[in-house]
Amino acid sequence: MIPELGTFALILALCVALTQGTLPLLGAHSGRQQWIALARPAAIVQALLLAVAFGCLTAAFVRNDFSVLYVAQHSNTLLPLPYRIAAVWGGHEGSLLLWVLMLVLWTLAVALLSRQLPNHLVARVLGVLGLINVGFLLFILLTSNPFERLLPGAEEGRDLNPLLQDPGMIIHPPLLYMGYVGFSVAFAFAIAALLSGRLDAAWARWSRPWTTVAWVFLTAGIAVGSGWAYYELGWGGWWFWDPVENASFMPWLLGTALIHSLAVTEKRGAFRSWTVLLAIAAFSMSLLGTFLVRSGVITSVHAFATDPKRGLYILALLVLVIGFSLLLFAMRANKLMGGGSFALVSRETSLLGNNVLLTVASVSVLLGTLYPLFLDALNLGKISVGPPYFEAVFVPLMTPVVVLMMFGPFLRWKDDDFVAAARKVAPAFVASILIGIGAAMAVDHLTWRTALGLFLAAWVVLASIQLLHGRLKERAGASAGSRLRSITASWWGMWLAHLGVGVFIIGVTMVGSLEKQLDVKMQEGQRAELAGYTFTFRGAIDADGPNYDAARGIIDVTRNGRAIATLTPEKRLYWTQGMPMTEASIDIGPFRDVYVSLGEQLQDGAWIVSLYYKPFISWIWLGCTLMGLGGLFAAADRRYRRLAERDAKVGAGRSVAGAA
Amino acid sequence: MKPRHKRIALIIGGLAILAVAATLVLNAFRSNLVFFFSPTQVAAGEAPKGKSFRIGGMVKEGSLQRQPDGVTLRFVVTDTEKDMTVAYKGILPDLFQEGKGVVAQGKLAADGVFTASEVLAKHDENYMPPEAAKAVGDAHERAAANRAAAEAAARSIRQ
Repeated sequence: MIPELGTFALILALCVALTQGTLPLLGAHSGRQQWIALARPAAIVQALLLAVAFGCLTAAFVRNDFSVLYVAQHSNTLLPLPYRIAAVWGGHEGSLLLWVLMLVLWTLAVALLSRQLPNHLVARVLGVLGLINVGFLLFILLTSNPFERLLPGAEEGRDLNPLLQDPGMIIHPPLLYMGYVGFSVAFAFAIAALLSGRLDAAWARWSRPWTTVAWVFLTAGIAVGSGWAYYELGWGGWWFWDPVENASFMPWLLGTALIHSLAVTEKRGAFRSWTVLLAIAAFSMSLLGTFLVRSGVITSVHAFATDPKRGLYILALLVLVIGFSLLLFAMRANKLMGGGSFALVSRETSLLGNNVLLTVASVSVLLGTLYPLFLDALNLGKISVGPPYFEAVFVPLMTPVVVLMMFGPFLRWKDDDFVAAARKVAPAFVASILIGIGAAMAVDHLTWRTALGLFLAAWVVLASIQLLHGRLKERAGASAGSRLRSITASWWGMWLAHLGVGVFIIGVTMVGSLEKQLDVKMQEGQRAELAGYTFTFRGAIDADGPNYDAARGIIDVTRNGRAIATLTPEKRLYWTQGMPMTEASIDIGPFRDVYVSLGEQLQDGAWIVSLYYKPFISWIWLGCTLMGLGGLFAAADRRYRRLAERDAKVGAGRSVAGAA
Repeated sequence: MKPRHKRIALIIGGLAILAVAATLVLNAFRSNLVFFFSPTQVAAGEAPKGKSFRIGGMVKEGSLQRQPDGVTLRFVVTDTEKDMTVAYKGILPDLFQEGKGVVAQGKLAADGVFTASEVLAKHDENYMPPEAAKAVGDAHERAAANRAAAEAAARSIRQ
């Protein structure tokens, strides 16, 4: 009964989405207030209906209802409850349901938090979101209904893939999807602006906090996914350039460009067409990512079922969305001309440069991701494009981005003097070259890549300090507290996020240059040395879990005779799927991780053990955290709400004047 | 600076970025693409010498050998037609098993042994790496074609 209720809720949600996607749009076009007024209630009802559908699926998992095909495929009575709930998004159908749930949550947020915005604009934004949801609800109902019955029901479920039985599974997909789907709001704002023909600074101001929050979720989702891969896959890598990782990274790059381009459009009225295009592109990349993951065209941890019908549907949806958006864009292009003019040396130019570079970088990632698919589709052979390609392209493209990132904030809007700006930047620049080379020599790894990475990181840190100092000096004489308070939240956001990039670069450079690894066979009591640490194998004990057998190795780590940690890596064998899994054990430290994973046991009772020394690896996630925090600060700036109210009043005054 | 000059400067800047990016991408493609070959193709000498490539197929039953250090290994990859010895140093992935599909990346040594730098296995027990599946599938097709040809020949002799 409950699964049928779920299907029913989905069908009702589709009907409401159809209403929400048509009438408010038509109403905004023709000025019918009753139709415009439908948008908000429709968004609320839709969110309720999808919450019911999602609840029904969760209930089926909690109750082990194996007469539902999807539950039988992805769960098991032995699966612990938290993972049974996370298993809701452990497969294709459920993760699509999570997708639409996230979409209606964003829609609901727009409906509830947009009281100051003009009604016709809200109607258009909600209308576009409704149309997107029509596309996905149809997809679910036609090809991927998670409530499909299995009659007669199975005795026992096939279980969730053991790789996914991890706390990471509980938070990574929801965060990532919130980010992915969040760009649909930026997209909807852009389309609404195109439809109304009003593409001014106010539009950019309204859309900015939404875009930033979506970007924060995406950043967090990618960072959590990378951390999960780091400890779960058992060999300590944190980024693999796997097609599905790329699928989330491309919207991130474009989203980063979009945030900056929106800033220019809001403050200076420039880049309007570029901003609109980026909003369309960022959301299209999200859809493309969904296509890549859900169509099964790629080989990956994330790829689920292979069903050509599903791939075709999403491809068609993608073509429809991109085609329609670009058509609309072309029709409105004449309204997008002009805007604030700026000189060649100005903050605008530096942001434009960053935008172009980020976009080109994301296209190069796209090429590397799709090229093997093209060759395979054309029967030209099977190839793979691995990390060397991405590193060879990505590092040279992102280096100037970081340089511009440290140059731009010192430039004035509109017009600046190059010599004066260069003079401001030069001391930190020269100092960080020396620091970069010096630090690379100090860690005894003087390669151009290490030196470059440390130079860039040092520059980011020094320039950030200089920037903060300059900002505090502006109000000389005031007390320190009031000087700090005078800085706006969005400035802190910028500062934190940029500093985060520097911290991130330190982590990537250090772990890339200095990590050490050793695979070794160890008998009980045997020792091994790596990077100054001594690892003593104390043997393995049984450590069976709720649905697996496991051997747990006990390894004492000492340094110069001083105890550091006792690590307990496990080798698990999950009962239902008979699948072995490596569970690493990590001693996390501020300047290094010591990472141990257990290989297999040999006939003579010895174990193969992998030992890793990973300097500064936590700085990668510290950097991501700072970036995310920066985004939160930026989105929380009170200015948006204050100015939005003012814009709305101006807009209302204008329409009253127009009516008079 | 006149607006027209500024626009030209911006366009030239943009084109320069694109040109650099295109060069980077093409260069990286040329030196970093990894092609896939089945053991039969390698036996026929189609695989590049001194360059990294991928092979795939099934791990032959009973072929896994370990050196005393426990981490230097040898095993045989087969597409059921031709066999290929693979040498590897390191920990095998969790789902590596004799009789199951595998893909390995590495170079061909002078003695004909494939020296793998990386061994990839599948993500769950039913999943077969598509490359490995294709290698075995192609070999089966060839075998079926050969059998059919042999039967046809036998029939024509009998007649």
